[in-house]
Amino acid sequence: MPIHEQSLIRPENLTTHDQLVVDGVDVSGHWSTFIQTRVVSDYNEAMQDEIAALPGGENVHRCWQCGSCTNSCTVNAINPEFNPRHWIYLVRIGMESEILRDKDIIWQCVSCNKCTYACPRDVVPEGVMKALSHWLELKGHVKPSPSMVFDEVFSEQVFQHGKIEEGRVMQRFFKRTGQSLNQPWLIEMIKRMLRHLPVGMLTKLGLATLVAPRTSGWSGARAAIEEYVHEQEHKRRRALGLDALIEAAKRDAGPATAGEGARS
Amino acid sequence: MTTAKDKYQKVAYYPGCALEGTAHSYNRSTQQVGKALGLDLVEVKNWNCCGAMEVKNIDPKLQTYLSSRVMAIAATEMKMDVVMAPCNGCYHNLKKAEYDLAHDPTSVEVVDRLSQKAGHATYQAGQVETIHALDWIMHGIGEDGLKQRLKGSLQGLKVANYYGCMYTRPRHIFPEKDKGPGTESTFKPHFMDDLLGAAGAVNVEFPLKTACCGGAHTLSDSDTSTKLVLNILRTAEAAGAEVIATECPTCHSGLEMHQVRAEKKFNQPTKVKILYFTQLLGLALGLSPREVGVHENISDSLAFLREKGIA
Repeated sequence: MPIHEQSLIRPENLTTHDQLVVDGVDVSGHWSTFIQTRVVSDYNEAMQDEIAALPGGENVHRCWQCGSCTNSCTVNAINPEFNPRHWIYLVRIGMESEILRDKDIIWQCVSCNKCTYACPRDVVPEGVMKALSHWLELKGHVKPSPSMVFDEVFSEQVFQHGKIEEGRVMQRFFKRTGQSLNQPWLIEMIKRMLRHLPVGMLTKLGLATLVAPRTSGWSGARAAIEEYVHEQEHKRRRALGLDALIEAAKRDAGPATAGEGARS
Repeated sequence: MTTAKDKYQKVAYYPGCALEGTAHSYNRSTQQVGKALGLDLVEVKNWNCCGAMEVKNIDPKLQTYLSSRVMAIAATEMKMDVVMAPCNGCYHNLKKAEYDLAHDPTSVEVVDRLSQKAGHATYQAGQVETIHALDWIMHGIGEDGLKQRLKGSLQGLKVANYYGCMYTRPRHIFPEKDKGPGTESTFKPHFMDDLLGAAGAVNVEFPLKTACCGGAHTLSDSDTSTKLVLNILRTAEAAGAEVIATECPTCHSGLEMHQVRAEKKFNQPTKVKILYFTQLLGLALGLSPREVGVHENISDSLAFLREKGIA
């Protein structure tokens, strides 16, 4: 059975009659297991266009479902639920509800590019995974993933100073994701790291976490980047119709929103 | 005609952020090896982050811009023809920017607009050639040249050469690879094998040369990374390797970190040592362990190297 039809035989979509006679023939038990009739009417017809409007998703329409991406996938090898080919198919036909079943693992793509190397159609499946992760967050289906938080913490420092200092990125990431730095393996690693280091080097490392390294003459680049980021955000919101969605949600919430507005 | 050998004698050096931090030993050993081989490195002035995986995830065109700025400085301000990046991430991103700027008009437009606004020259595709530290030594010195300069030997040390993801994938951004004898292969890379072999190491048959260490999620999805790294470490050990040689700071620190994590959190200890290929080459060139920063690694290999008679 092709993977995109496997949803038909999920337990909740099957009916088994203990006693059933059809045209005078008793088909009770196993032989009376039926796939329930279903009508899919909630396609998101714009889904392929929405993914194509996000960076990395531009070539999603080129896929012809050969499966090379899933076959070569690093993450699929340790979690068979992680299936880029399946998700690309769902994007193309607009089965948003099926994609949402996997919303919490799509961000786990490790960007090893084995899929992009293997793909005969230049779909760039790695890019599609990133576009899909962005899409899930922009549409409000998931909270920002730990990976997205890391990307943001990292990029903020690059945009601000031109370069990063790993210790700072790590500290801020742990803080923003509410993790403790007090983990046995982490302490052991730092112990081993410090074992043979001379004092001068330690001081330098320590200072770097306090005083960020920076690229001199960066202010022009910073301004240019900030303007670009702002412009792109606007473009993506428009492509996904987010402003219209928010307006519609406000209208639906009608009186309550108005009430709150009046109070504040 | 200028050969690669001539061109690589003096190159612009782009260390990148990691080599100023956790991968300081890679920075140190690369520079020391260059000195020992008589190759000149001139650091790129006022360089910035290449954009790494993280900025690319936020917006790939911004990554293209960040990488292009580094190449623009090397080309216009420093008048250099070649940029050498030892970090796989930096190397990959500069190559990717080069490819995009040669093939994608939108990238050209974005990079031009940002460069003008930032007040520096716009990088034009083809102004510089970006190479990895492996290309630099392989083409600048070569196996025979290296053999002539050896002061010691790796003494039959059993090495698994680990190249990671970014050095070979995706293939289209490395047009110089897969061109037959003498060139690097994206399917089964061998430059590190060739160089360490010339320095006296025995390269084990290692099937995971280009497997992924999960570096992208080393902190954000640590359990996946630990699983991937443990697989690499165990496979190297099963192949008979005493050392895994690395060429990327993200791979290297990922292997070191998750070796500790696998041991402490999942009680899965492994013994294989992890060293940068430049550290191993440096030792064979007669440099001391301290000069190539063996003491800066988390993976403690000093006693082992002494026992083998390499350090």
